[in-house]
Amino acid sequence: MQRRTTLKAISAAAAASSVGALGASAALANPNAPIRIGVLHSLSGTMAISETALKDTVLMAVEEINGRGGVLGRRLEAVVVDPASNWPLFAELARRLLTQDRVAAVFGCWTSVSRKAVLPVFEELNGLLYYPVQYEGEEMSPNVFYTGAAPNQQAIPAVEYLMSPDGGAARRFVLLGTDYVYPRTTNRILRAFLRTRGVGSADIMEEYTPFGHSDYQTIIARIRQFAGQGVKTTVISTINGDSNVPFYRELGNQGVRATDVPVMAFSVGEEELRGVDTRPLVGHLAAWNYFMSLQNPANAEFIRKWTAFARARNIAGHRERPLTSDPMEATYIGINMWRQAVEQARSIEVDRVRVAMRGQTFQAPSGFQVRMDDRNHHLHKPVFVGEVRADGQFNVVWRTRAMVRAQPWSPFIEGNDRRPETPQRTR
Amino acid sequence: MSGTPTPFAFRKHIGWCLLLLGALWSAAAHALSPEDAWALAEGDTATRIEALHRLALSDSQRAHDLIRALAREAVQVQGQQVLIADHGRWIDATTGAAVDGAGASAVMLNNRLRNALEQSLALLDLFDPDPMRQQAAAQRLRESQLTRPDPVLAAQIERALSPPYGQRLAAPARLVLEQAQAVVRLGSSDAPQRLAAAQVLAELGQPLVRNRLAEQLERESDPAVQQALRTAVAAIDRSLALAEVVRQVFAGISLGSILLLVALGLAITYGLLGVINMAHGELIMIGAYATFVVHALFQQFLPGWFEWYLLAALPIAFMASALVGALMERGVIRWLYGRPLETLLATWGISLILIQLVRSTFGAQNVAVVSPQWMSGGVEVMSGLTLPWNRIFIIAFAAAVVIGVALFIGRTRMGLFVRGVTQNRPMAACMGVNTARVDTLAFAFGSGIAGLAGVAVSQIGNVAPDLGQQYIIDSFMVVVLGGVGQLAGTVYAAMGLGVVNKFIEGWAGAVLAKIAVLVLIILIIQKRPQGLFALKGRSA
Repeated sequence: MQRRTTLKAISAAAAASSVGALGASAALANPNAPIRIGVLHSLSGTMAISETALKDTVLMAVEEINGRGGVLGRRLEAVVVDPASNWPLFAELARRLLTQDRVAAVFGCWTSVSRKAVLPVFEELNGLLYYPVQYEGEEMSPNVFYTGAAPNQQAIPAVEYLMSPDGGAARRFVLLGTDYVYPRTTNRILRAFLRTRGVGSADIMEEYTPFGHSDYQTIIARIRQFAGQGVKTTVISTINGDSNVPFYRELGNQGVRATDVPVMAFSVGEEELRGVDTRPLVGHLAAWNYFMSLQNPANAEFIRKWTAFARARNIAGHRERPLTSDPMEATYIGINMWRQAVEQARSIEVDRVRVAMRGQTFQAPSGFQVRMDDRNHHLHKPVFVGEVRADGQFNVVWRTRAMVRAQPWSPFIEGNDRRPETPQRTR
Repeated sequence: MSGTPTPFAFRKHIGWCLLLLGALWSAAAHALSPEDAWALAEGDTATRIEALHRLALSDSQRAHDLIRALAREAVQVQGQQVLIADHGRWIDATTGAAVDGAGASAVMLNNRLRNALEQSLALLDLFDPDPMRQQAAAQRLRESQLTRPDPVLAAQIERALSPPYGQRLAAPARLVLEQAQAVVRLGSSDAPQRLAAAQVLAELGQPLVRNRLAEQLERESDPAVQQALRTAVAAIDRSLALAEVVRQVFAGISLGSILLLVALGLAITYGLLGVINMAHGELIMIGAYATFVVHALFQQFLPGWFEWYLLAALPIAFMASALVGALMERGVIRWLYGRPLETLLATWGISLILIQLVRSTFGAQNVAVVSPQWMSGGVEVMSGLTLPWNRIFIIAFAAAVVIGVALFIGRTRMGLFVRGVTQNRPMAACMGVNTARVDTLAFAFGSGIAGLAGVAVSQIGNVAPDLGQQYIIDSFMVVVLGGVGQLAGTVYAAMGLGVVNKFIEGWAGAVLAKIAVLVLIILIIQKRPQGLFALKGRSA
């Protein structure tokens, strides 16, 4: 009796393992099995406010690509995981996506700290990450394609605009940010840049608040004081996440007007302004590589697709008021460039896709034919400065004539001139 | 205003003097040419500002109308035609004829243009029959003169103050304009004029004025004027220092009133009933979402009454949170009395469920709760010190809630039962008090207060599913510091923490202030484990 059950157990186990092995190899070998891609965005926690829409953008692109027959004749299948705004969990889930789900590429991360957490995993397992958010630079991994802006594609042009006559000819700056790596690094770059433009440190006030800070009374009073010295002052805000809502509210209530002290934000887009009454904020500024209000056929098409998708999927918030934003556009560019590279390489193998990614172009919703650089894994992108309108959208008040090549190693940080121009593993 | 020559604005560029001649010539036409309207609406900023100045000093009423329309962002273009949009109707800016502008697009403004527009408008408004508008215009000119002294504008101000224009100025506007004039006279070569200017400006306690006075002091040679300047600077410094202290105290009380509101419900559920309720923050969140729902309903069905949605939100938020609290108590907590660890875990689990429920219903994104008009903006109590209305109202609201809770606990029959049950449960039961029912009602009451806090925080912060998480630690901090079981302690602790936090933030920054406050609390709890205001006697 006992022997029989043991035998049964053994044979069952053998059968199960052979089926498992068959299944696994079939998934790899079967030319008709779907290609899996990973989606690694926080769907809960503090960053959910921004990242949820990026997850849905990937799903929209997947649906669109599958509707046109998939990639290499195979369907795409998105594996969605929720790292819950928890940085170590990002690394854990990235490992799971690469080893268990065997995804061909991962689209994910928002904060720089989450990207830094997954980087070693992608380099160790030779995975492929598409990172869709503007960031501080100082990184160039062979396993990451950066479709957001480097500092010279957002921060530097924005400050140049502020110093121009149209931007108010500012000579005094408040650098205000959330206390973590992106704002600190960006402000270091900006300080060095401003020094080259003759702005001394007496004319720069640097201030940080913790994540989720909600009481901006004191800071805004200090800004008013700092601005009340008779020199044109502007605020450069790298406040991230939902702290922006109380910040802008207090700004309106304390009567700081854009014509007196304009605020230029690097992390505030259409989505972040959703929770804010924008009427007192008209004239404040944001710098991005895309705005929803851009008028061109590619953007009209992008908005139309997103609206239809948000309605069909009943995406909360977006079903009543669909909004698109720069990181959504960068996500869309990323997944489409990956598709083109896979088709060009006729393979989903990371090393071949990486080579095929070089020089890829895509007609982006920004209205420009954006191009992946031949060497540095960053996009050539246009830069726009927009002004907040009463309806929460942005008016473009300034744009670059041509696309700007990314400088991930900012020349304003010492020692970067000796950095190689091609991606190197971090360790 | 039509038909009278209005003073004109000229900026630094000499070339504009030529423009002046051209403008005077074209003003005779009293009309607005399509070319001029187009130059104002489209093109690069410098050209548009040129056109703006040209039109502002022309006599054309249509030109002035166009400038005013541009300032309220109501100008659109269709083809080469410039239109003024007004509630779904369009008129041609040059002819005034009604046209169909369905295909028109709005013209763009930037801050440089807005500044120029404001200055032009201020010069137009200076002789408005309405004294309020006159004064606002004069203030704008004074501001502009303080930030960027401009000799041409100074000449305009000089002219506006002298006859025959001067008589048309109301007294308050005149005073403001004289201050603007004093800014220029401060640099005059005539010592008595400088002296008078210093005295006029001393009354204007603004940091900008202080800078101008201090600059002048450095190069001043006349001893009498030096003395006047020194007195003026000192006076402004005093008034600024006073404003700074008032501002910090106000900010502290404002922060304290929010801490008090979020902690008050917990002072009842934790302080009186002894339930460690980790879902307290979520009860605040439910109150905030109830506000959002009421706000959305008013927006949709009662737009005329929208200004007053907060009054309706108060009872609804209270009831919503109280109901959830009562369900929690009946369903879970009452089985766990006397087992604090299990209560802690169970309520934490409930908090996660509540967050996810709200997230599934309303979405992960923040929802927008628009403050009513009377809560927006602020009142300038001293120069350089603006107190926002929403914070003033929240302070008053917190005071009202504290009084309400004190009356409920101290004066009502129910409050008596609550006190009886918390002090000695078996004895209260022996006296015929239904202790289980008292527990439920008291817990629901504490939860309802959390709902009221939700209404308040929806007016100053974010409304998101995880809103409660940022308040839970603060709430426990206040209650523990104040002394468990003590409503008065909670009030002192909240106000104390608020003011201390704001004073530290004033000189050490927000990050350090937060750390310093936590360290301070740890030290106090080390010294006084019962909290600052522990009950004395046997029950403590």
